[in-house]
Amino acid sequence: MIQRIPIVENILSANDEMAQKNIEIFDAAGVYAINIMASPGAGKTTFIIKTLEALQGRLRMGVIEGDLATSIDAEKAAAAGLPAVQINTGGECHLDAVMIARAAPSLPLADLDLVIVENVGNLVCPAEFKLGVHINILIASIPEGDDKPYKYPGMYRGVQALIINKVDLLPYVPFDMDYFRRGVEVLNPGVVTFPVSAKTGEGMDAWADWLVEMVKNRQPAEV
Amino acid sequence: MHELAVTQSILDIALSHAQKANAKRITGINLVIGKLASVVDESVQFYWDILSDGTIAKGAQLNFTRIPTEMRCFDCGNIFNPDDSTFACPACQSIRVQVTKGDELRIDSIDVE
Repeated sequence: MIQRIPIVENILSANDEMAQKNIEIFDAAGVYAINIMASPGAGKTTFIIKTLEALQGRLRMGVIEGDLATSIDAEKAAAAGLPAVQINTGGECHLDAVMIARAAPSLPLADLDLVIVENVGNLVCPAEFKLGVHINILIASIPEGDDKPYKYPGMYRGVQALIINKVDLLPYVPFDMDYFRRGVEVLNPGVVTFPVSAKTGEGMDAWADWLVEMVKNRQPAEV
Repeated sequence: MHELAVTQSILDIALSHAQKANAKRITGINLVIGKLASVVDESVQFYWDILSDGTIAKGAQLNFTRIPTEMRCFDCGNIFNPDDSTFACPACQSIRVQVTKGDELRIDSIDVE
């Protein structure tokens, strides 16, 4: 006899539970954790390096590196005196909470204020997998085009801050900022947005100042 | 692209509930997946056939209920399925709208014997 068992459970609930444990570990160590997501080529690596430079002397930072192909070089992290741990995703298209749980103990969490997680370059999969960080950040970049909020709504909905990188290229590529911002506003009303150029440094101070405030005030978790 | 992880989670949840109910076999899995969740049915089915092999869920029918994206307009109250390229309210063109459906990614029930 066939019987129906009601479940009504989020398919990724096991990952969500692990994410909750991760944020408790970060909280217990007094560490603020952020997850940076973007498409391949959006400038994540350069952006993170410039962020680390801008925060030098203001916050003690560590990096969890999830992108094998375009990772921050170990030498660069070492040169900056940064504790870094690399996650071997083995070709996986996203990081998940279990990977963070395994990687985090490799960092000296007790001596850090901020952990930056660099997710795998992808606008689809990382949106579905909570990591257990305090805020999720998306880097959009001008050459990707102005239609990305419309094509990847799940990603644009799930972040607490949006970086618009490579604004120095605005004069050279077609990009309708109003159309882009309309899509963002629908999906994520009022999301804090930082137009920057990691290359020229434009806008990076405003972003760094905001991040320092977030870490100081320890904004509530959004896992 | 993340369907492998999604399918593994579906299997884990289904097996855990079937075990609790002392079921001999899982015959059906009823899934509710919103358009915004970016999950491709065919890929889930593909991984399902591989992952469920050797378990009591082997051969179970995967039933997908797809939920289209639905939005509600703050200005005129219209409820609509958005055009993928604008998201604006088709009645008043406002972009002050809210996503009300489409995020679903859940397992509603399983059929067992």
